[in-house]
Amino acid sequence: MTDAATPAATPAAPSSYVYYRHTLPVRIMHWINVIALTVLFMSGMQIFNAHPALNFGKSSYNGIEPVLEIGARMKPSGEPQGVTRIAGYEFDTTGWLGLTRGADGQYARSTFPTWMMLPGPQWLSMARSWHFFFAWVFVLNGLAFLLYAIASRHLSRDLKPTGEELKAVGASIREHLRFKHATGEAAKRYNVLQKLAYLIVIFFLLPLIVLMGFAMSPWLDAVLAGWVDIVGGRQSARSIHFIVAWLLLAFVFIHVFQVIVTGLWNNLRSMITGRYRVTPEVPHE
Amino acid sequence: MNRPLKLRRRLPRRTFLKSAAVSASALALAGCDNLSRTEWVPKVLNSVEPLNEGLAKLIGRNALAQEFSEKDRSPAFRSNGSDDPDTDQYNAWVQTKFADYALTVGGLCEQPRKFTLAELRALPSRTQITRHDCVEGWSAIAKWKGTRLSALLDAVKVKPEARYVMFYCADPMAQDGTDLYYESIDFDDARHEQTILAYDLNDAPLPVPNGAPLRLRVERQLGYKHAKFITSIEFVSTFANIAGGKGGYWEDQGYQWYAGI
Repeated sequence: MTDAATPAATPAAPSSYVYYRHTLPVRIMHWINVIALTVLFMSGMQIFNAHPALNFGKSSYNGIEPVLEIGARMKPSGEPQGVTRIAGYEFDTTGWLGLTRGADGQYARSTFPTWMMLPGPQWLSMARSWHFFFAWVFVLNGLAFLLYAIASRHLSRDLKPTGEELKAVGASIREHLRFKHATGEAAKRYNVLQKLAYLIVIFFLLPLIVLMGFAMSPWLDAVLAGWVDIVGGRQSARSIHFIVAWLLLAFVFIHVFQVIVTGLWNNLRSMITGRYRVTPEVPHE
Repeated sequence: MNRPLKLRRRLPRRTFLKSAAVSASALALAGCDNLSRTEWVPKVLNSVEPLNEGLAKLIGRNALAQEFSEKDRSPAFRSNGSDDPDTDQYNAWVQTKFADYALTVGGLCEQPRKFTLAELRALPSRTQITRHDCVEGWSAIAKWKGTRLSALLDAVKVKPEARYVMFYCADPMAQDGTDLYYESIDFDDARHEQTILAYDLNDAPLPVPNGAPLRLRVERQLGYKHAKFITSIEFVSTFANIAGGKGGYWEDQGYQWYAGI
């Protein structure tokens, strides 16, 4: 009823409209990727649980202490304790790492909480089965995305930053820090930090984690004997694989955070139906 | 009056959707564990195994595993799995330093026979410093010397219908002394230049924890394929009716037969 009272305001303001933001192949591949990466991360943590230590070098037994080690032990008082050792520093991580509560509420030896792993309880062979199946899904899906992104010009049109954008990286960082987000027509394009983040994930982190996965295979190591020494050896490759997995999780957290603060339902809908509502900015007077 | 009403209607829906999403993901997580216990899910998941194996045959069928220098060797070579078979027969062998041990070789071959350690040492050998990769994730580097498996295959004249080499071991995997460890490989790996029946580790006779007197080295596969405490070798056309039927102790527990990844 207030709207009706101010008839002059409505015709001047451009009305919002819906535009087609994500094509069907991109939407399908995005959600396949979500499933694959979730399974890969969780089964990967269960695989790590079989030997919860990270080493750098050609072998695990080269006289150099692990950079990360997660375990459980008995305190002098007879109480069990979860212990995490990072670069020689020890932390009590009971409840989170090393010693966690199972479904029955009892403390048990487990590198990560069971809800973070697939399967939850210790089961290496099954974790490997999940991991290797979804590794194929992930790699084939990733290759399909790459081909599509090039052929459909999604890569050159939407993901490649322009020279002007690159010059304005500083301004974009400031905007992000102030949680200021593009609205109106500008929201139809990815901003420069967003583009760079996507490009780093697509062309650096994801290929790297796949390559480091390959480096852990004794068969693939033999195909070109010695290639794993590029990163320092098989154990270095394993550590990098693990670290990149967590970097990808950090990316997912930032990504989901941005999705929420820039309009959860609008963003989510655009990745499901493809349609994104653009609400033009009210011009300043 | 319209707006607050709308809001009130929308809020619970959102909360409902959110809690639905949360409980759906919780269900999905619990569901995955239940899925792992079905018969069909592991079957689907393991359907990529032939893909991995096929690809391995396609690229680098005869490729040699990386070999290392003396300085790369691990201070002590870790023992994993059985440390000591501790059976009457095995303990008797240890007593005599395996002087009366003999490897039984049979199955699909022209000349089945037994080999003493001295006879095995007399066959063509190979020495290599290689990296041992355990399925758990760790690696250790050591120097191995042993009989080339290909030389043994030639010595007993394997029949063409043989498809797998079975390795039967002295270590029981069950508390009651049953469930002897066993493994199998195909002839691509059996004839591979680096596949040896190792009797020396780091220039000394293979110690008990590492599989004395004889263990398999099949360098392009994970540790559980490297059978320790080998007592007999058999050439077969199929392992479907041996033990659990999956070609190895760990394979029977759900691990991949092809352990190149």
